[in-house]
Amino acid sequence: MKLLTDLDAIRTLSKGLLDNRRITGQTPESIQFRSVMVCGGTGCTSSDSNAIVDALNKEIANLSIQNKAEVVRTGCFGLCELGPVVIVYPEGIFYSRVEVKDIPEIVEQHLLYGTPFEKRIYEQTRKDGEILNFEETDFYKKQVRIALRNCGTIDPEVIDEYIASDGYTALGKVIMTMTPEQVVDTVKRSGLRGRGGGGFNTGLKWEFAARQEKQQKYVICNADEGDPGAFMDRSILEGNPHAVIEAMAIAGYAIGANQGFVYVRAEYPIAVQRLMKALDQARKYELLGDNVMGTGFKFDIDVRLGAGAFVCGEETALIHSIEGFRGMPTPKPPFPAVQGLWNEPTIINNVETLANIPQIVLNGAEWYASIGTEKSKGTKVFALGGKVVNTGLVEVPMGITLREVIFEIGGGIPNGKKFKAVQTGGPSGGCLTEEHLDCTIDFDTLTSLGSMMGSGGMIIMDEDTCMVDVARFYLDFTRDESCGKCTPCRIGTKRLLELLDKITEGKGTLEDLDKMESLSLQIKNSSLCALGQTAPNPVLSTIKYFRDEYVAHITEQQCPAGVCKSLISYEIDAQLCKGCSLCARKCPSDAISGKPKEPYVIEKASCIKCGVCFDVCKFKAVMIV
Amino acid sequence: MEEQLAFGCGHTAEAEIDEKLEKIEAAIEQFRTIKGALIPVLHEVQDVYGYLPEKILQIVSRALNLPMSEIYGVASFYHFFSLTPKGDNIIRVCMGTACYIKGAQALLDRFSTELKVPVQGTTEDNKFTLEATRCLGACGLAPVLTIGEKVHGRLVPNNVPKILKEY
Repeated sequence: MKLLTDLDAIRTLSKGLLDNRRITGQTPESIQFRSVMVCGGTGCTSSDSNAIVDALNKEIANLSIQNKAEVVRTGCFGLCELGPVVIVYPEGIFYSRVEVKDIPEIVEQHLLYGTPFEKRIYEQTRKDGEILNFEETDFYKKQVRIALRNCGTIDPEVIDEYIASDGYTALGKVIMTMTPEQVVDTVKRSGLRGRGGGGFNTGLKWEFAARQEKQQKYVICNADEGDPGAFMDRSILEGNPHAVIEAMAIAGYAIGANQGFVYVRAEYPIAVQRLMKALDQARKYELLGDNVMGTGFKFDIDVRLGAGAFVCGEETALIHSIEGFRGMPTPKPPFPAVQGLWNEPTIINNVETLANIPQIVLNGAEWYASIGTEKSKGTKVFALGGKVVNTGLVEVPMGITLREVIFEIGGGIPNGKKFKAVQTGGPSGGCLTEEHLDCTIDFDTLTSLGSMMGSGGMIIMDEDTCMVDVARFYLDFTRDESCGKCTPCRIGTKRLLELLDKITEGKGTLEDLDKMESLSLQIKNSSLCALGQTAPNPVLSTIKYFRDEYVAHITEQQCPAGVCKSLISYEIDAQLCKGCSLCARKCPSDAISGKPKEPYVIEKASCIKCGVCFDVCKFKAVMIV
Repeated sequence: MEEQLAFGCGHTAEAEIDEKLEKIEAAIEQFRTIKGALIPVLHEVQDVYGYLPEKILQIVSRALNLPMSEIYGVASFYHFFSLTPKGDNIIRVCMGTACYIKGAQALLDRFSTELKVPVQGTTEDNKFTLEATRCLGACGLAPVLTIGEKVHGRLVPNNVPKILKEY
């Protein structure tokens, strides 16, 4: 068993190690020991970061410099675009797109002789012939990491490292020195609102459950991150799983629950594996179990895997899924805080929400409430994706503007293209335009503009994106994910999708736009759960802000972005065509004919518009018209 | 094919059935006492067999004392579970928003053309199943797809023939 004093001992022991993992500004010659952090998040693991960890260890052993460097596989650094990413402390040198073949040189030049390996240095860190530390780059300097704390500085699979980084101190403080009411009050005063999409005050939710006089209560962590394009919950579980476990135990103490569940997507194997490992370690230290820290407080956590149903992100649907049924929502009230899992009082908090809790307990409600705006406190993690230079994960204070996130942190639009729209809130959110770029990011502003914060997906679109097609994409998603229980959502989304299909095929009428708007409002007003209530948002916001594009599809049968297949055709520019015959050979429908060395021609009647000719042409002679 | 393997004749196949069945029985034993055991057990069946064979679901039905109708209701509700066998290699093209914006549809279409199967279809030789999948969360590598455990990222349709040759 680990008592508070044992935790302190671990902290003292491991502190030195963590001290080395920050930027100190030492001169290269004076550095005795370096920490090589390799990103082990899903993005970088996909680009083979595990092989990089192995190669680093092997090379360090070869040169027998284990006393000069450590290799740590950490959670996500955020800049997935440049993966696999390796950061070397204490200088804060940032290597991007590292390959296994670079490792011998990195180890010899940098770790042995102290000279950074030029070839893989992140371009943004170069300035006037010098190499800056990564925290000074545009991507990192405006970020404030609370929920993503420890992601990138500790090994998530080693509990002692989390403990050394003040881990489980908040749990100790809560059990030893605070009453449950004080904990609830602290969370309430911090102003923390649910990060999963609802935006409900977390402390209030806890208070409702705490007030129920029942023997059995539950704490559920919602890690069923179904919003396409959002991956912050996964990254937190991968990079800092103990923070979520600690927060759940704190929640358990606050509301009087002794059992927790993490409901996590089965599609996240690395996150599940690290979470399981963390739970085992926490149990071994008796930070979970029948006698937490020797105080008599009882709390344990089980893991339940989701099975790919977006609607299970909805609280009541999630509860039914854990109960072993089809994940269909039920009307609220009764709210889960009163009658939830197996009819007992239950609180459900999202991963990111929970990851903030230990820091709020340690630093105080006032500290947290001092960050952000009046009604949206703290920070929010966003997953930047789509047509943006720096795709990845960023954590910023609430109240920052869309422009700062997209153009300063995100680096703007690649390939010199023009910004067209930003989609926030996933399938429940909406698309915002250039005129909104200076609006602040907080729950209420985004909702008032017809979008929403959602879980924090932020997809950037450029001039090559068709907004009608985007609306169709989301409706196709929600139609498919509608559980079918209530009619407005089940049938309404299908009808809405049919209208959108009609428009993308050039068969729409202007009346269809009115029909879509009125149908959308009906779906919003009469659906049972948030899935249906928000499903029309992508349609409504694109009609509101990009009506011109809809009209072009309808009256001119044109897709201005060149995306909608029925409205485009392919042609070969006779001037540019070199007659190489590649397109004709690749065409699956034999629609291209011609003689070698002479311009080829596409026979429109047999063209299936698969776009293979456009992709394969080396001379850019195939045009979309 | 899976079906034949599981219930056909021959020593290896039988040994394999037993091994698979044992895993399922162990899972049933492990979860039997907990509330809401069905979904964890179905996960195990899917993991061991690659899909949910009807005969195994009947075993689950008896062991957990749940009617087949209820099991079918649950199994058909969740995307993750499949009631039909799949090809040896499952190509999962991510259709999350970030990938879609970066051309995942063209990628999916190209696979469909090259393999001559529709989306969710399996090739005649049973080598590939083509699937459009929900966000894989590797948006930094968009457009991205997985074949088995391997992730392929930052793709254009022209990469498709080369990827297929690897299998």
